[in-house]
Amino acid sequence: MNFKEWEGFKSGSWEQEVDVRDFIQKNYTPYEGDSSFLSDATKKTKKLWNIVLDLYKKERDAGGVLDISDDIASTISSHDAGYIDKDLEEIVGLQTDAPLKRAIMPAGGIRIVEKSCEAYNRKVSDEIDTIYHNHRRTHNDGVFMAYTPEIRAARSSHLITGLPDGYGRGRIIGDYRRVALYGVDFLIQEKKKDLVHLEHSNINEEIVREREEHSDQILALEELKVMAQKYGFDISKPASNAKEAVQWTYFAYLGAIKEQNGAAMSIGRTSSFLDIYFERDIKNGILTEEEVQEIMDHFVMKLRMVRFLRTPEYDELFSGDPVWVTESIGGMGIDGRTLVTKNSFRVLHTLETLGPAPEPNLTVLWSTKLPKGFKDYCSKLSIKTSSIQYENDDLMRKYWGDDYGIACCVSAMRIGKQMQFFGARANLAKTLLYAINGGRDEKSGKQVTSKMVPVTSEYLDYDEVWEKFDNMCDWVARVYINALNIIHYMHDKYCYEKLEMALHDQEILRTMACGIAGLSIVADSFSAMKYAKVKVIRDETGLAVDYKIEGDYPKYGNDDDRVDSIAVEIVKMFMNKLKKQPTYRNSKPTMSILTITSNVVYGKATGATPDGREAGKPFGPGANPIHGRDTHGALAVLNTIAKLPYKYAEDGISYTFAIVPSALGHDEKTRINNLTSLLDGYFAKFSHHINVNVFDRALLEDAMEHPEKYPQLTIRVSGYAVNFIKLTREQQLDVINRTIHERI
Amino acid sequence: MVGKIHSIETFGTVDGPGIRFVIFMQGCILKCKYCHNRDTWEMTSDKTATVPELIKEIEKYRTYIENSGGGVTISGGEPLVQAEFVTELFKELKKIGIHTALDTSGSFRINDQIKELLKYTDLVILDIKHINNEKAIKLTGLSNKNNLEFAKYLSNEKIPVWIRQVLIPGFTDDVTDLQNLKKFIDSLSNVEKVEILPYHNLGKFKWEECGEKYELEDVSSPTQEEIKKAESILGI
Repeated sequence: MNFKEWEGFKSGSWEQEVDVRDFIQKNYTPYEGDSSFLSDATKKTKKLWNIVLDLYKKERDAGGVLDISDDIASTISSHDAGYIDKDLEEIVGLQTDAPLKRAIMPAGGIRIVEKSCEAYNRKVSDEIDTIYHNHRRTHNDGVFMAYTPEIRAARSSHLITGLPDGYGRGRIIGDYRRVALYGVDFLIQEKKKDLVHLEHSNINEEIVREREEHSDQILALEELKVMAQKYGFDISKPASNAKEAVQWTYFAYLGAIKEQNGAAMSIGRTSSFLDIYFERDIKNGILTEEEVQEIMDHFVMKLRMVRFLRTPEYDELFSGDPVWVTESIGGMGIDGRTLVTKNSFRVLHTLETLGPAPEPNLTVLWSTKLPKGFKDYCSKLSIKTSSIQYENDDLMRKYWGDDYGIACCVSAMRIGKQMQFFGARANLAKTLLYAINGGRDEKSGKQVTSKMVPVTSEYLDYDEVWEKFDNMCDWVARVYINALNIIHYMHDKYCYEKLEMALHDQEILRTMACGIAGLSIVADSFSAMKYAKVKVIRDETGLAVDYKIEGDYPKYGNDDDRVDSIAVEIVKMFMNKLKKQPTYRNSKPTMSILTITSNVVYGKATGATPDGREAGKPFGPGANPIHGRDTHGALAVLNTIAKLPYKYAEDGISYTFAIVPSALGHDEKTRINNLTSLLDGYFAKFSHHINVNVFDRALLEDAMEHPEKYPQLTIRVSGYAVNFIKLTREQQLDVINRTIHERI
Repeated sequence: MVGKIHSIETFGTVDGPGIRFVIFMQGCILKCKYCHNRDTWEMTSDKTATVPELIKEIEKYRTYIENSGGGVTISGGEPLVQAEFVTELFKELKKIGIHTALDTSGSFRINDQIKELLKYTDLVILDIKHINNEKAIKLTGLSNKNNLEFAKYLSNEKIPVWIRQVLIPGFTDDVTDLQNLKKFIDSLSNVEKVEILPYHNLGKFKWEECGEKYELEDVSSPTQEEIKKAESILGI
């Protein structure tokens, strides 16, 4: 294949078949310098951004949702073109026909859509009501038809929570770059070839599904062209310049978010890909640095405006309207060259041109080998905006190569070659309580799991409890994977991501992404049993409802092997149990240690635990210790987290770090140097992830009282960033009470 | 040999260059009214550690220390109370090439033990409690004689030093005192850095926890202007 749009690019196998990585490797320009080349926001950008800020304010004033397109079930091409201000926008395209107006996508579940509409005093149209209640089954309905009683019990007792059974599963990244590089027609042609490969002599159920899915993918690509046409663009051919490359890539992503209200809709790894186009245009005198930044600013502005309609219950779990438009930045190539380009700087620079923001979820793939100029620019922006998360490229590159991206918070996947079946998480702290109580819920007293022998002794014995916990984990792992098998079968059947999957290869790796919550609580509980004495307090029915700790014990988060080794053991044990379960589409079970903001809700649903945590109190987010228990300073916690083995938690290990600016050093230069060194040191120990927050407690307290003063105040919570003022009050308090490293 | 330890901070960033592993030693001979670590005064402690134990602990943080050009800082309390132990520790640290800093009030007469310790000390962070002796006694319970002699000894021995002055409104912010302090500092040959530490009362609760009255109850932190003024007098 040879397109005139490819003039000036070095050739490679990418011209013969879809291979974006090969295109990048042959054509990109590594950048080893510093940030001094960057341009400020243009007048046009400022004007446009002010309109958006005004819309944000209207949205907040309206109670969180500005408008709902409640009479159209959204599809890739369902809505007319929408604009913020057509004359100012360099990059166009909205999810509906107006900015911040939310679409409805009932295929995931009509009830959730109805509930969401009701929460904002709206109602879906009669037509949609009729179709989705009478003629078209949704994913949500399918799942509940198949759920077993034990799954229902585990779910309603909050043993397994956050399951994507009522909404889109998300965490799939389409390779949106393909649309820019190849144009849609080439992609359709390639998909048609795949269909030929799927003409087997014996057609079994799997092949039928694949053939139907592929046909669906082709329809989605056709529809994507129609959508772009509404904005006056023909995307059947490759993008011919940088502005088109950004526009085409964005259209592809836009198609995905019009079709799917997924829990996390990440964009992938686009900035260094786009840099190739910018470099070509700058070289040819078509664009100046200022114009390039303008295009990136307008692109990022669009990503900041992505909205989904969700219920208040969902917001309680994942507060602040997150959509996880995760963009993965930087990293190193397997040939040793850095994948940092000038455009890696530009996408981060939007935190300065437009100010801080939670989306897109800017994720730096950190390597100790990254150029110093880039490392220091990242540190500088983290100190200034608390809007960046970091993940270990030196670790992940060994697993996923050098063209992977992060979906959601910490889930790495090779772009266009891998997807996951998102599975939320099991509450291990509750599992431990069930082990002690023989499967009865510590709050309701109800028998939730099959009946097992409870602990009856006055003091907890480490070995006895471990054995019972191990058995209970068998039960939980089995029921958990059963639930996920049902969920993803139904999601594929009723709510298939046809556009996102159209931007994947035919053969893909599927992971079954499970997760755990409450790791530090369970580790500390066992440490208490081993190194102190834990007395059980039971109610009149014999149910253990509280625990009294006699003596002190080593606590997780202080780089103390006595307890950290227990945490490692728990991770390995539970992962090994997941591995044993048969999975839908032979997906590979993986596990994350991640809670997002739901650590507060999990805490609420869980009784007192043997580590001394009171009933209802929040868990530590992700792999964090319970706040206040890490007493040896920031690096001791980092060392503890770094011990958790990625091999047994390939879906990611999240750690959220907060520090006051003065504890990083006296002046800006020292702070940057110290933060860069901290990240280098942490990642050199094969740790996986860190959210970096640099703020004073007093600032957050003021923001709680005077939210109007802080419309853009952004902080990192487990795996994503959020507008602080959009958190619930409980979550705000949780953030403020969490360990913020300081030394007085 | 066993050291009495109050606590450990693995990510110290203000007590010396780069990232510091800071060991707060137990025990102090001064009684500074503004002390923010009141709980480190007592000479006894349940928490002890040997030099090999501490070295093993410090090794875990070596990558952070080396990346940042940092090291180990011994603070307190007053580290010179356990000078022999600190000497042993610093000797070992120098063997493995780690930068050592001693955060002290220097309120001891220089003796052989201290001379030995300073041989293995790369940097001294020296608190000048008060340049005026009467005021020093009032504020800390001890004369500033040893404090100033200590500074002169370091100067003669060419041991790098950071000078620190806690700025307490009404106690240490007198213009003449600050001018005299400046003169004193100028007479030293080894000063790498002079720092003003603005007083804060965040350590107050520790006094209450120790069942002690906090005398500076009504003193507030210096304002930005007051800090700037003091800094300009000291030529910072």
